[in-house]
Amino acid sequence: MTDERHMDEEGNVGDVGPGFMNATPESIRESVQGYLIGFVLAALLTVASFYVLRTGLIWAPGIVVMLAVLAVAQIGVHLVFFMHLTTAPDNTNNVLALVFGIIVVVLIIGGSIWIMGHLNERVMPMYPSM
Amino acid sequence: MSATEVLRTPHPLDFDPYKVGHGEGGGHDYVTGHGEGGPASKRVIVGYGFWLFLLSDIILFSCLFASHAVLQTATAGGPTGPQLFDPMSVALETACLLISSFLCGLSAVAAGVRNQLWTQVFLFFTGIFGLAFLLLEVRDFTSLVARGASPQVSAFWSSFFAVVGCHGCHVTVGLLWLGTMMAQVYFKGFRPNVMRRLVCFNLFWHMLDLIWVALFTIVYLIGEGR
Repeated sequence: MTDERHMDEEGNVGDVGPGFMNATPESIRESVQGYLIGFVLAALLTVASFYVLRTGLIWAPGIVVMLAVLAVAQIGVHLVFFMHLTTAPDNTNNVLALVFGIIVVVLIIGGSIWIMGHLNERVMPMYPSM
Repeated sequence: MSATEVLRTPHPLDFDPYKVGHGEGGGHDYVTGHGEGGPASKRVIVGYGFWLFLLSDIILFSCLFASHAVLQTATAGGPTGPQLFDPMSVALETACLLISSFLCGLSAVAAGVRNQLWTQVFLFFTGIFGLAFLLLEVRDFTSLVARGASPQVSAFWSSFFAVVGCHGCHVTVGLLWLGTMMAQVYFKGFRPNVMRRLVCFNLFWHMLDLIWVALFTIVYLIGEGR
C-alpha cells in the first residue's frame, strides 16, 4: 500500500460512516464496481422473488418463506453495497443501532401477526350479511 | 515474523488526527469516536444521526406492514388484492426504483471526485426514474379506485393505501430534496456541508428502495402467494 492518506477538506482522516466508501482511497472504477455488484445482485434477487410465484418449482406452502428469505437477502445487499454498512470500527455504532432496529421491527411484525392470528381463531366468524 | 511483530507493523492510517489518542496496544487508534482515537468527526456524527432517523422511519413502516399483514384477509366481502393487482406494473415500479437507487450511488461516486457534470447527470436521472416510479404508482392507484378498491371499501384496502401511500409520500419528499440538492451542488459546489447533505440524501434514497423491497414482498407477492 502507498503511504497516501485519505483526508477530506475538513482534515478528517480515516473516518467511515454509513454511506461512505472505505477509509482507504478507492478508485472510481472500484467504487462503481461495488455499486454494479450490488445492482446485479439486487436485480437477480428481485427477479427470483417475482419468478418464485410463477413457477411450480417451490412447494406451495413454502413460497411465503422463500419470498421472505429472498427479501431479507436483498435488504442485506442494499445495506452492504448501497448504504456501505460495513464491519469497519467506525461503523460499530451504526451496526448496533441497526441491530436494535431489527429487534424492534421483528417484535412489532412478528408479535402482531402472532397475537392477532390467535385472536382471529378465537373470535366467531362474522360476515357483513349477519 | 511473530504475532506481536505483525501487530506492531504500522498501519497506513495508524496515526492520530486529533492528537488525543496515544494508543499503545489499544487496537485501532486511527479510528475516531472510540475514546482514545479522539472525538468522531462531523461527517460520522451526521451520518449516525441520519441513520438513527432512517431506522425510526423503518420502524414506522414496520408498524404499517404489521397492520397490513394482520388485515390481509379483512376484505369485508369486497375485492381482494390479488384480484386487482397488476404484477407487471409492480415489476416495472420495482425496476424503476432499483435503477434510480443505483444511479444515486453513481452520483455519490461522481460527487466523491468532485465532478460537477456527472454528479448533476446522475442525480437528474435518479430523479427521472424516481418520478417514473411515482407516476406508475399513481396510475395503479387510480385504476384500483376505478375498479372499486378505494380505501373506505375494507380494512384491507385502507391498510394497503396507508402503507403504499406512505412510501409514495416518502418518494415525493425525496424528489423535492433531490431537486434542492442539485441546486445546492450547482450553486454552492462541493462544500463540506453540501457533501454531508448529499450523503444523507443518498442514504435516504437507498432506504426508500430498501423499504420497497419489503413492501413488494409483503404487500404484493406474499398476498398473491397465499
